[in-house]
Amino acid sequence: MNTNTEAQVVLRLQGITKCFGPVTANEDVSFDLHRGEVIALLGENGAGKTTLMNILFGQYTADAGAVELFGQPLPSGAPRAALDAGVGMVHQHFTLADNLTVWENIVLGVDHLSALSLKPRLVKARIRTLSEQFHLKVDPDAKVGRLTVGERQRVEILKALYRDAKILILDEPTAVLTPQEAEALFATLREAIATGLSVIFISHKLHEVMAISHRVLVLRHGKLVAERATDATNREELAALMVGSEVTAPSIETRAPGPALLKLSKVSTPDHGAAPGLKLLDLTLAAGQITGLAGVSGNGQAALSNLLSGLISPTTGEMELAGSPVKTWSARSAIAKGIARIPEDRHKTGTIADFDLTENAILETYASRFSRRGWMDWARARAFTKELIQTYDVRCPGPDIRIRLLSGGNMQKLILGRVLEEAPQIILANQPVRGLDIGAVNYVHGELAKARDRGAAVLLISEDLDEIMQLSDVIHVISEGRLSPGFARGSMKPSELGAWMAGHGFDAEAPDAA
Amino acid sequence: MRLEPIATPTTARRIVPPMLAIAATFLVAAILAMIAGGNPFAVFGLILTGAFGSKFALLETLNSATPLIFTGLAIAVAFRAKLWNIGAEAQLYAGAVLTVILGTGALGLPIYLMLPLCALAAMLAGATLLLGPALLKTRLGVDEVVTTMLFNFIFLLFVSFLLEGPLKDPMGMGWPKSSRLIPEARLPRIVEGLRLHWGFALALISALLVWVINTRTTLGYEMRAVGQNAEAAGFAGIPVTRVILKTALLSGGLAGLAGFSEVSGLKGALTLDLSPGFGYTGIVVAMLALLHPLGVVVAALFVAAIFVGADSMSRAVGVPSYIADIMLASALLFMVLAILLTKFRVRRD
Repeated sequence: MNTNTEAQVVLRLQGITKCFGPVTANEDVSFDLHRGEVIALLGENGAGKTTLMNILFGQYTADAGAVELFGQPLPSGAPRAALDAGVGMVHQHFTLADNLTVWENIVLGVDHLSALSLKPRLVKARIRTLSEQFHLKVDPDAKVGRLTVGERQRVEILKALYRDAKILILDEPTAVLTPQEAEALFATLREAIATGLSVIFISHKLHEVMAISHRVLVLRHGKLVAERATDATNREELAALMVGSEVTAPSIETRAPGPALLKLSKVSTPDHGAAPGLKLLDLTLAAGQITGLAGVSGNGQAALSNLLSGLISPTTGEMELAGSPVKTWSARSAIAKGIARIPEDRHKTGTIADFDLTENAILETYASRFSRRGWMDWARARAFTKELIQTYDVRCPGPDIRIRLLSGGNMQKLILGRVLEEAPQIILANQPVRGLDIGAVNYVHGELAKARDRGAAVLLISEDLDEIMQLSDVIHVISEGRLSPGFARGSMKPSELGAWMAGHGFDAEAPDAA
Repeated sequence: MRLEPIATPTTARRIVPPMLAIAATFLVAAILAMIAGGNPFAVFGLILTGAFGSKFALLETLNSATPLIFTGLAIAVAFRAKLWNIGAEAQLYAGAVLTVILGTGALGLPIYLMLPLCALAAMLAGATLLLGPALLKTRLGVDEVVTTMLFNFIFLLFVSFLLEGPLKDPMGMGWPKSSRLIPEARLPRIVEGLRLHWGFALALISALLVWVINTRTTLGYEMRAVGQNAEAAGFAGIPVTRVILKTALLSGGLAGLAGFSEVSGLKGALTLDLSPGFGYTGIVVAMLALLHPLGVVVAALFVAAIFVGADSMSRAVGVPSYIADIMLASALLFMVLAILLTKFRVRRD
């Protein structure tokens, strides 16, 4: 190991500028990363964090400026060079091949899968060692297509570690981990740092930034607006720096339950590959309450979400909607019965990337509200979309641009507007703020709270325990398709909920989803 | 070399690459023409005059474009919804068979009933043929590329059987050929004395209708949604399976119309060489048109002009007319590349 006492600069960015047409994504950004250092990159959506990292990783070419790695200039726009020099990146949107197994994905790009020298046994053994060391539990032989979002993230991190990355770039890495898992990841990251790894950590969770980083860089509108030693700053200051003004999270006080709007009793659904179905689940969603569903990714959240979305029907058990039983239903009938659905993946499930805002805004209601005898009423659809854009503060050039050009936050605001305009009685919000910046998070949470206050029943599914605890009137934990009893707000400590999330506390004779 | 996506392509960026693609196509053809011993300018000149140079040539081109417009539309409609219909050839023959069954004297209706009936039956036949693979796809997940393509061979052999057996013209001196359509089942010529038949007008109207369906109707919206992102469409409550089946019916129906138009407008009887691969060429037409229904008309005219022109050129200077096939194939390849370049920028490392 290097015995330098002076921390050496492993990465230097100098005057990085990148424009996309008229939009400046990065403007004259310069900073150094030292050996064994963690710097946090903070910024709202569209502040240019991801673009900057993509330039560093060689996926984009900077219009101006230079990148220096370990004292050597990095040829611009060459992912191979960055990889070979020891930069590993874990993207926010995963870059895995669904049809390959975990270990195949990990060696992909390092070795040819058909190379004779490739010894799957050795590869898998190394993956197992790494995954134990870093508490990244995942089966090397599992097909990636069957993994949950949380597990895929672990594969992404393992992929970088497997390649002996010296610099690790993590784009919103904890979004899908339990507090315990995140803590474990931090602990091992800290160890790895001690052995010389450097980390660039992109996150919007300020307490994580405070916990793991040495320095914080704040990006706003593509420019580096502030740099703080983590010791010398606090959450309030960082939040203010990020958005350019003081922010306040919506304050939410507990509400008493109203009448039950949706009731599941002893509902089961089939397993779907590695994702467990529901196991004799009882759940009541009461009017005027936010019910939080905590749990580790891949424990039946998808099944419950699909059930309430109308994508699947219960195989056994009873489902009651406002007092009347529902046997089978579809997405369309769920919408018709007043269920607003905010899907987990807004890029794949929530929107159609190459449709414009209008076409996306009417995706659920085109048949009932924007067409007559088979003819679309585009004028009305467009007017409706303009209204949504106004009401829900969707920042965009207009209703005619393709939605793929919007930031995640603005995309989510459009989805939110689309479902809330129908004044729904029941709202299913599955990871509604995943990957959003603080401004957008507060906005989405505020809207959910408003909907609750006017009497809607909200089911909030999230893998972010902070979010659950901040918003929910009642908290349930889901583990392997089973549901814990409901806990009132404030009655449980995070560590106690964590124990339920790990599967403790459920009936001993409860079915095992092995 | 890498590709970098362009967020908002400029107008020049959208127009220049396709132009270059056409230029490259002609360059390749010019080289081949020189190898074959011809003067490329003379060859292109002859192709041009062969396709558009006289009233006869022009009408010939329009007639040749007619089935390509139908099959191109059939493919464009299906591909838009990501239903990979490679079976337009079989659907075309299905339409032709139905036209022959109804139009050779089995029914004695006046022309204003006979023609719509034949057209409708042809559409229904083509639609039914595609419905099978579409059901297999939606019910069992069977790949429709395989089923529709293989069905072409099965159906062509079936037509061959029909022409040797039940549909064989008793006066045909043993040729595998159907009886001729009765006059009431023949599409008349648009202008008396000129060879262009009403099938061409029907093709233009169909293109216009498909365009209206795509942009103005609920079904068009649903088909585009399902094609772009079936998962999001299904989540939003769009009945994905039903939309795919409707798309199949429309696509198969359009291909069936091609068969009706060829038999009723042009040939007057069914033979095994009714279509020299219109169903497959329709794929090229649809791709060249970027799946746009009005673009299909332009692309079909382009393709037909090259074929008709190359035929007359090869008679004049002896450069093989196969050059048309090569031009078509290279046009498609260059166009695919050009489309890529309208969306991505090439970066040199």
